[in-house]
Amino acid sequence: MSLADFLASRWEDILAVSWWHLRLSLMAVGLALAIGLPLGIASHMNRFAAAVVLNTVSVIYTVPTLALFGLMIPLLGIGVIPAIVAVVLYSLLPVVQNTYTGLANIDPNLREVAVGMGMGRFTRLFRVELPLALPVIFAGLRVAVVNAIGMVTLASLIAAGGLGDFIFRGISIMSWNLVLAGSVPVLAMALGADYVLKRTEQRLSRSREGAAP
Amino acid sequence: MALQVEFRDVTKAFPGTPPAVDRLSLTVEAGTILALVGPSGCGKTTTMKMVNRLIEPTSGDIVLGDTPISQMPVKELRRMIGYVIQYVGLFPHMSVAENIAIVPRLLGWGKARIDARVDELLTLVGLVPETHRARYPRSLSGGQQQRVGVARALAADPPVLLMDEPFGALDPITRVRVQDELLAIQRKVRKTIIIVTHDMDEAIRLGDKVAVLRAGRLVQHQPPVDILRHPKDDFVAELIGHDRLVKLLSTLSVASVMGDAAAPAAAPAIDRTATLEAAFLQMLDTGRDELAVEGGGSLHIRDLLRASTG
Repeated sequence: MSLADFLASRWEDILAVSWWHLRLSLMAVGLALAIGLPLGIASHMNRFAAAVVLNTVSVIYTVPTLALFGLMIPLLGIGVIPAIVAVVLYSLLPVVQNTYTGLANIDPNLREVAVGMGMGRFTRLFRVELPLALPVIFAGLRVAVVNAIGMVTLASLIAAGGLGDFIFRGISIMSWNLVLAGSVPVLAMALGADYVLKRTEQRLSRSREGAAP
Repeated sequence: MALQVEFRDVTKAFPGTPPAVDRLSLTVEAGTILALVGPSGCGKTTTMKMVNRLIEPTSGDIVLGDTPISQMPVKELRRMIGYVIQYVGLFPHMSVAENIAIVPRLLGWGKARIDARVDELLTLVGLVPETHRARYPRSLSGGQQQRVGVARALAADPPVLLMDEPFGALDPITRVRVQDELLAIQRKVRKTIIIVTHDMDEAIRLGDKVAVLRAGRLVQHQPPVDILRHPKDDFVAELIGHDRLVKLLSTLSVASVMGDAAAPAAAPAIDRTATLEAAFLQMLDTGRDELAVEGGGSLHIRDLLRASTG
């Protein structure tokens, strides 16, 4: 079957699986953000928390992705939930690390002015520190999203679906049409997400440069 | 409104070093400017930061009006003290208006009151509310940022203002202009201002009194004219520089030393508000030892000699 014929007969299928793939990735990154942001803030506020949290997330990150999915099977079995858990764990590092770095690198003069003007700990965090760290946090988010889109491909191996299904089936039956139907959308999604998030990142830092936004 | 600030035997010692501030006692009268001056490490910044309790004294106390600051809630204290630092410290993610509105918002003012106050302050510091309030700090020049910094410090009408090398990052021409503007603003608002600088010229220009610090000790605390006339020791004289008497003449006005007698008919004229330095230069320039002061009276070179020794 030619590639064109293949696409004509299967496009609905490809679209549905791609959508599922994207949803899995974004759900995982969303959860990673919900967990990682507070962890990054806690690391910034407390040296002990920083030592524990930063070391833990970087150890997790050093586990090869495939092995991480494998480790999920004895713990959580197979399917969507262990897949999402694995991607969340893996996405924690860029989120936590960038939140921590973004907060740590704020000009100490600005922090002192905030204190000197009479801001409390949390006012300072939400009104000054997090907004100033936002571009760095956003860069971490971008890395996490691009990583997750690639990683969800492997989630197919523990029966979570996604575009990995096409790729692995295609490899096993030597159907290059099927391999392409899986890998091209993954590539497109990763590049698309990278582009969109990078633009947003630039807009974030540019809005502070000039006149009113 | 302004409050007196009184340092009572204040010492700050950091472990393992000689005291940064050593038994400092001095009073800043309400509505006056004190310039704290000295070389790096003399304790001037530490002294200032103890007023808004960014640094806590080891012993002694600072009294604001009638209340020792150690007995005031620290956030409340800080919100009634305007704070300006070198490099201004405007928040880059907030517009000019948002920067100015910080303390009023912390104090829970309503939006209409804040908006009106922002425009009032921008006008006070010589910026145009319509064109400047929505801009971000990075789009402003250094001098404009400095003005916004002053406006922000004045936002909630604090009785006391602390300024830490506020004009250090500006070029010399802009610096003099912004200093003049600060003095003009001070004539309107009459705050108690403590300004830290390493630049004796700036201290002399701005201070109603100048406090010279060295290694944590107060060396001399007097009005600029007295410090220029009688520097207490070589250290103070060196800080002032070799042109001490020129600076003295540039600090005094013609009106402060002139005589009542009418000047000879051909004497060149000078304005009463001119500095004695300008008068002296005019004498050198015209070769006359007596000038006619506009509006009556005269200035003889003997008056200058008297002024220089007090």
